[in-house]
Amino acid sequence: MKWFDYAAPRTVAEAAGILASHPGALPLAGGTDLLGQLRSRVRETDLVVDVKRIPELNEISWDAARGLTLGAAVPCYRISAHPVIRRAYPALADVAALIGGVQIQGRASIGGNLCNAAPSADAVPVLIALGAVCLVSGPGASREVRVENFCTAPRRHVLEPGEILVAFQLPPPGPGAGSYYLRFIPRNEMDIAVAGAGVAVTLDDGHIRSARIALASVAPTPLFVEEAGEWLAGKPVEPQSLAAAADLARKAARPITDMRGTAEYRRHLCAVLTRRALEAAIKRAKEERS
Amino acid sequence: MSESTYAVVGTRPPRHDATDKVTGRAHYGADFQLTGMLHGFILRSPHAHAAIRRIDVSKAEAFPGVKAVVTSADLPESPEQMVDIGEGAMPLSYIRGNMLARSKVLYKGHAVAAVAAVSPHVAEEAASLIEVDYDVLPCALTVEDAMRDGAPVILPDLRTKEFGEQTGRPGNVAEHFRHVLGDAENGFTEADLVVEREFRTATVHQGYIEPHATTVLWNEDGHVLVWCSSQGAFTVRKATAAVLDLPVLRVSVTPLEIGGGFGGKIRIYLEPVAALLSKKSGRPVKIVMSRQDVFEGTGPTPGSHMRIKMGARKDGRITAAQAYLAYEAGAYPGAMVAPGAMCVFAAYDIPNVVIDGYDVVVNKPSTAAYRAPGATQAAFATESVVDEIAENLGLDPVEFRLMNAAKEGTRRADGPKFRRIGCVEVLEAMRNHPHYRAPLEGPNRGRGVAVGFWFNVGLASSCTISVNSDGTVNLLDGSVDLSGTRTSVSMQAAETLGLRAEDVRPSVGDTDSIGFTEVTGGSRTTYATGWAAVEAARDVIGQMKERAALLWETDAASVEFDRGVFRAGGRSITFQELAAQLDETGGPVVGRGAVNPSGAGGSFSGAIADVEVDPETGKVSVLRFTAVQDAGRAIHPSYVEGQMQGGSVQGIGWALNEEYFMSAEGAMLNSSWLDYRMPTSLDLPMIDTVIVEVPDPEHPFGVRGVGEANIVPPPAAVSNAVYRATGVRLYRLPMNPVAVMEALWQKESEPGGGSLHSDAAA
Repeated sequence: MKWFDYAAPRTVAEAAGILASHPGALPLAGGTDLLGQLRSRVRETDLVVDVKRIPELNEISWDAARGLTLGAAVPCYRISAHPVIRRAYPALADVAALIGGVQIQGRASIGGNLCNAAPSADAVPVLIALGAVCLVSGPGASREVRVENFCTAPRRHVLEPGEILVAFQLPPPGPGAGSYYLRFIPRNEMDIAVAGAGVAVTLDDGHIRSARIALASVAPTPLFVEEAGEWLAGKPVEPQSLAAAADLARKAARPITDMRGTAEYRRHLCAVLTRRALEAAIKRAKEERS
Repeated sequence: MSESTYAVVGTRPPRHDATDKVTGRAHYGADFQLTGMLHGFILRSPHAHAAIRRIDVSKAEAFPGVKAVVTSADLPESPEQMVDIGEGAMPLSYIRGNMLARSKVLYKGHAVAAVAAVSPHVAEEAASLIEVDYDVLPCALTVEDAMRDGAPVILPDLRTKEFGEQTGRPGNVAEHFRHVLGDAENGFTEADLVVEREFRTATVHQGYIEPHATTVLWNEDGHVLVWCSSQGAFTVRKATAAVLDLPVLRVSVTPLEIGGGFGGKIRIYLEPVAALLSKKSGRPVKIVMSRQDVFEGTGPTPGSHMRIKMGARKDGRITAAQAYLAYEAGAYPGAMVAPGAMCVFAAYDIPNVVIDGYDVVVNKPSTAAYRAPGATQAAFATESVVDEIAENLGLDPVEFRLMNAAKEGTRRADGPKFRRIGCVEVLEAMRNHPHYRAPLEGPNRGRGVAVGFWFNVGLASSCTISVNSDGTVNLLDGSVDLSGTRTSVSMQAAETLGLRAEDVRPSVGDTDSIGFTEVTGGSRTTYATGWAAVEAARDVIGQMKERAALLWETDAASVEFDRGVFRAGGRSITFQELAAQLDETGGPVVGRGAVNPSGAGGSFSGAIADVEVDPETGKVSVLRFTAVQDAGRAIHPSYVEGQMQGGSVQGIGWALNEEYFMSAEGAMLNSSWLDYRMPTSLDLPMIDTVIVEVPDPEHPFGVRGVGEANIVPPPAAVSNAVYRATGVRLYRLPMNPVAVMEALWQKESEPGGGSLHSDAAA
């Protein structure tokens, strides 16, 4: 690991100023990805900017009308333990408890998981499925970016120099909602998704009112399969419907062959995981309604 | 067994080193510190095979904080010799070549240069400034690649040895040997059923949690002092002295605690490099490997390509067997194919056998020992074929094995005739275990069995025992403590002396303080060092008898010793009472034991595995697992069970996910814990254990080494279980989800087909 300087700003404006004036600077939230990358020299920088001390990045707030505002640097353990998130966004609570072990969850954040921009990021399909929007601040005006539009390539995203991801805004789930994330890993823990599926559904008397489906590890970025969710809208809750949506997810996948699996195997997993995740989300939605 | 005979042997006292281990006070390799210590970093080859045209270290030397830079040019030259590297010998030129590459790099990760600096980060940064001009060469990564006509020649001076003779033929085959017993061709004609299958296994790593770590001071007096984590201080001393061309007297090695070895910490990688850096800088130098260094720069176990052919009569008798075993040696000759050939059919009494072994050099790290080295690959192949024959003959797989089991007097194709062994007893214990008859409910589930053998070694061990005035003793031996050997050795001394285990204070000596002792490996420590401790204790008893005789003014020969009490002519004195009178009777009593047993009894092991296969993902879950092993005599049953569980888990790792995943250019792409995928506790059921005790006839307590045989059966047992769960038999390790899914797809596309990836038919 090379030497680097360290800054710990206390406000969004201060952080944005430092990041704008040091184009090579890298923001650090939990550091669970970044420090490993610096140690293995996958990334190098002269300046690390710790954003954990900025209040807005550490807040969780809930409003029945606006939904959930989740600070980008909130560590996973707070998310998985949060009663509102556990009730209203169960897939988000699940994924916060899935990433890493207890020590990692004490540091790792959902904002960091997104900004690391790995195709395999477990939290990102969930954020997409839940319709999350990124609140971005920078030297200019603040802006909003839908999570599915945030990543542009492996390790690349839309933030401009000086811009900082402050929080996520998640819409309220509405009645009859259920969400689920399912990843496939060869082991039962400590692994990177070979493929993953995050789904959110709302039910309406035996029919699917709406659905959003997103996939991990099967494209250069986390993949929003909008057509699969749209196809499901209005369909009865039947195995054929789910299988057809799963097949759309399989067709949307653009995986590669690597040490974690072949492209053919990953496409196959997309269908299996999407179907299983839909079944689990629907089960949750039914429990929510009953 | 007669448990009542022993007071200490067979009990479960706490480990002597337990407190230091659980509080973190124990000093492992990387914990060692010296004043003024520098940190070394090794620059490694990015290429699997390349000629080195030029190395320019000037920028690294000029980097602030750098105190020394070395390359192979700093290694001494000396005539070729074979150097004992623990459980075998290797030419000095290969050992030196692996330390720092000379004219060529032979694998990605091959050490090329090293830097010592004021911090590990400065050393790493400076190493990145070393300019190496490579001429990249084509590489050969598997035995099939390397044996092909026109394959890249990896070692230009290598000539193939065949049937013990030098052929003068260049190439990548270092050796081809053959073992013959009876007439295999004839034996196959007697068979009603002949099954021949082809198998492949991946390169896998021992996966010890502690990376290699060493600290070396080349002292101003010319003496080289080493503090390191290894499986044997004397082997480190010998290899380090040979590479540096020093007499062994000039090298002292202090063993630190070891965080796992499994055979992988027998050979040295860092010590001579750190020594050269220390010599140049005048300061002690510590080098600690990263996990990537460990995967890419140390010795994994060979990947293999095997064919097994076996024939049996309808009555269940195996009439003939043939094996083709080609193992990847890595960059230098020495694939563990010879022991593989010793074990491939060892569990069976087969009259007609041919075994061909090939030791093949490839562009991967030079392979090293790994728990029953060479046997696990071979057993995966043999036990899969045995399973298939049993099924085709309609026989229970354990009964079929029992019908053909090796026993006392059975001759192996490689020569030895078995003395008393426990193969039958292990199989009977499997058959009688409730697990074997338990119903297996639910779809996609299957149960598989397999057995395995490891021959174990004896070799040299030294031990001294000093008697304290309160009747306790200090025990010093030369065996690095792996998995509780301090205690298993102390218990044998305690039993002999009539003491409690906690009356013995054991410690592991450095090379200046204790007699020569071979590595902790080959399942030899509880057996051979335990035996040395018994000899040392007997020596203590002999000397103490003389003291008692002196007190009683009688003849030492008339003094008897039993369970801690000396007796003669109606008088008696306890060990403790006599110990208090040593000063008055001639001074301290120090017993010594030095042994070199050659006939260690082998250990058989069996596994019963239940699995469930997810038919949609190909993922295999191990639901239940029972390990059975002949321990001869379990000195400390908990440690025996621990070995059985550890070996089982490693074998399950081989079976399911572990492999060196290589790019076509020879780079290991998964050189991290995350992607190498050893099983974690969440991937495993509780491993049930059954200790079988068929005492070794020569050892004072009947001990058989138990460290290794337990890894041999699991991959085959899991594979046989996967077959029963899915109807699909896999012939390649690992059976990861992709492999299983592809096999299931192939089965779907071939109605009626069940056997896959096999080039030969029954």
